[in-house]
Amino acid sequence: MQALARPRRLPDARYFQIAALTTLLVINFALIDFGARPAASVIAIATALLTQLIGCRLSGLPLDLKSPLITGLSLSLLLRADALWLHAAAAVIAIGSKFVLRIDGKHVFNPAGLAIVVLLFSSSGVWISPGQWGTEIWFASLAGLFAVLVLSASHRVDIAIYFLASHAALLLLRATWLGDPLVIPLHQLQSGSLLIFTFFMISDPRTTPDSRAGRLLFAAAVAVTAHYLAFVLQMRPALYVALIALSPLTLVLDRLIPAARFSWRPSVLKGVST
Amino acid sequence: MTLRTSKLFRTSVAAAAILAHAATAPAHAFCGFYVAQADAKLFNQSSKVVLARDGQQTAITMASDFEGDVKEFAVVVPVPTFIERKQIGVVEPKTIDHLDKYTAPRLVEYHDADPCAPVVVAARAMPAAPMMAGAVQEMARRDYGVTIEASYDVAEYDVLILSAQESDGLTRWLTDNDYRIPQGAEAVLGSYIKQGMRFFVAKVNVERMNSLGTGQLRPLQVRYQSAKFMVPLRLGTVNAKGPQDLIILALTRSGRIEAANYRTVKIPSDIDVPLYVKNEFGPFYKALFERAVARENMQAVFVEYAWDLAWCDPCAADPMSNKELVELGARWIGGDGDVAFRANRRGGGSDAYVTRLHVRYDAKSFPEDIVFVETKDRANFQGRYVQHHPWRGEATCEAAKAYRNGLTARFAKEVDNVASLTGWSRGDIVERMARSGETLAK
Repeated sequence: MQALARPRRLPDARYFQIAALTTLLVINFALIDFGARPAASVIAIATALLTQLIGCRLSGLPLDLKSPLITGLSLSLLLRADALWLHAAAAVIAIGSKFVLRIDGKHVFNPAGLAIVVLLFSSSGVWISPGQWGTEIWFASLAGLFAVLVLSASHRVDIAIYFLASHAALLLLRATWLGDPLVIPLHQLQSGSLLIFTFFMISDPRTTPDSRAGRLLFAAAVAVTAHYLAFVLQMRPALYVALIALSPLTLVLDRLIPAARFSWRPSVLKGVST
Repeated sequence: MTLRTSKLFRTSVAAAAILAHAATAPAHAFCGFYVAQADAKLFNQSSKVVLARDGQQTAITMASDFEGDVKEFAVVVPVPTFIERKQIGVVEPKTIDHLDKYTAPRLVEYHDADPCAPVVVAARAMPAAPMMAGAVQEMARRDYGVTIEASYDVAEYDVLILSAQESDGLTRWLTDNDYRIPQGAEAVLGSYIKQGMRFFVAKVNVERMNSLGTGQLRPLQVRYQSAKFMVPLRLGTVNAKGPQDLIILALTRSGRIEAANYRTVKIPSDIDVPLYVKNEFGPFYKALFERAVARENMQAVFVEYAWDLAWCDPCAADPMSNKELVELGARWIGGDGDVAFRANRRGGGSDAYVTRLHVRYDAKSFPEDIVFVETKDRANFQGRYVQHHPWRGEATCEAAKAYRNGLTARFAKEVDNVASLTGWSRGDIVERMARSGETLAK
């Protein structure tokens, strides 16, 4: 456990993350009525776990089921599809990418994000619902609370802050340029989907640059790209596409600004992630 | 002249719609008929807009509930591109009314069978919905920084396509040309100008209207190609007197649409209600909608209907014809004959899907224009309320006793349902039920 190596004895951040995502999923089923189907979640999670099992067998890496569980939960929260098999396909793409698309022992793409973007562009049967979480303040508070737990345990609170700050700055600049009232960028910032993206997707420690400066550059680049996609190209969902499109940039940033590699388990050297 | 800013819209979507009947009936087969509907006229301060979207090809049709001197009718709609004459048209009001009725929330009736005989089901159904409007034209001058890019005669309307450099110039131009621009609209116009939008402005040409002999203002339709898929609500919220209702009827190829920047919520549906609701279905639905809006703090867009256009069950109105759907912008359906739209693909699904969204908004709760996304979701949904007529015939068997006991519980549940959906007083509901023969006491 990484906690052993640190003065603050926080448990593995992934436990918090699993708790957070599970809670959000329950809220999604219970209160937010659209599109989320329990059967789809079961399939996504089961397929993710199974793919991880097979991947670890084939690659000889130690088996850890926390990460695929997180990926399965993330897919359940974000991806919508008109056929159940697409959820299984998403899980295979997500977990498979961790084993196949890795350079220097680090996987390049956030697994769930990659699966979503690949399917959005290749399948006619999936979509995501950026408006599903609304802009309610209670939701923002809850997501924020989880974020504090997860991010402080994983020591990636900085990239979430960099990203939110860049995104907010761009929205404020745009509103100023257009002469729009402040309520418009504030409304855009309250989006539940934005918070989930910030706290559980871009801040994934396994796919963010190793150095702090790298993370700052990366977060700002994602924000600028997403802004361009959303407001110039009118593309939705812009955030995921921007993140996945720019993920290879982390490799460059890691070369330019080297720093210690993050690992969920300090005992496994060279940042092997499973 | 009056500018009806509450009726300003623009959108980007292209579309199609179609209906026929249809396919597999649900297990609890509907075998009755439609009895009542809650259509757009129910809601004051309401507008209807039809969006048809195919890829980036978009048609927006704006229906107006304008009442008054037609000389005072004017509309200013931000549009994302330059609009040519052939991209503008008028639509028969009855076509939009038809789609409104077809998609409106509905009441369905079933008749309980003789409890002493084998099960037979009978049924019926009802619907709900709203409107918008237009502008005028005039030749202009240059010193406003406003360019009249085109000027068209479109049926009873004179239409101009404007572009502008500065919002104050545009505001002055509009004001000087008898478009009454409300205080505060300038900032909104400025925002649209910076976003590179043009302005579609229209007024009524009374002379031409008289010679056409239509006697009414028909909905205007604008078609364009744009990645933007939204309705411009903001101008309409400037100086609005309280919240307004908008009903968005979207015709798409792949599936239902939803808001990308607001929450989209299904209206409560498939709920049993007492018999008396049939005579007040309008007020019932209105109260239900108001309560749903309050529950979501007026921050949600409600789905009232989302269904493959090739069939309906129950049908709240006759199926839409190919002709009507093409008229509303669904030009991809491959035929514009006056025949009911049907599935043209094997496997039951058609390439036309309709979504009916109902939103109550004001500047505070909906500060930015609603942006839509088209999903691949073809699951069917309708706002549907069900009433069961108790068996009133002779019934003396054992089963009849249990049936009558069950009725009391059923009536009590229906009281709960109506009270929680509408907020009406329980005493009142019980009394009205008793008057229609549904007595809670044994």
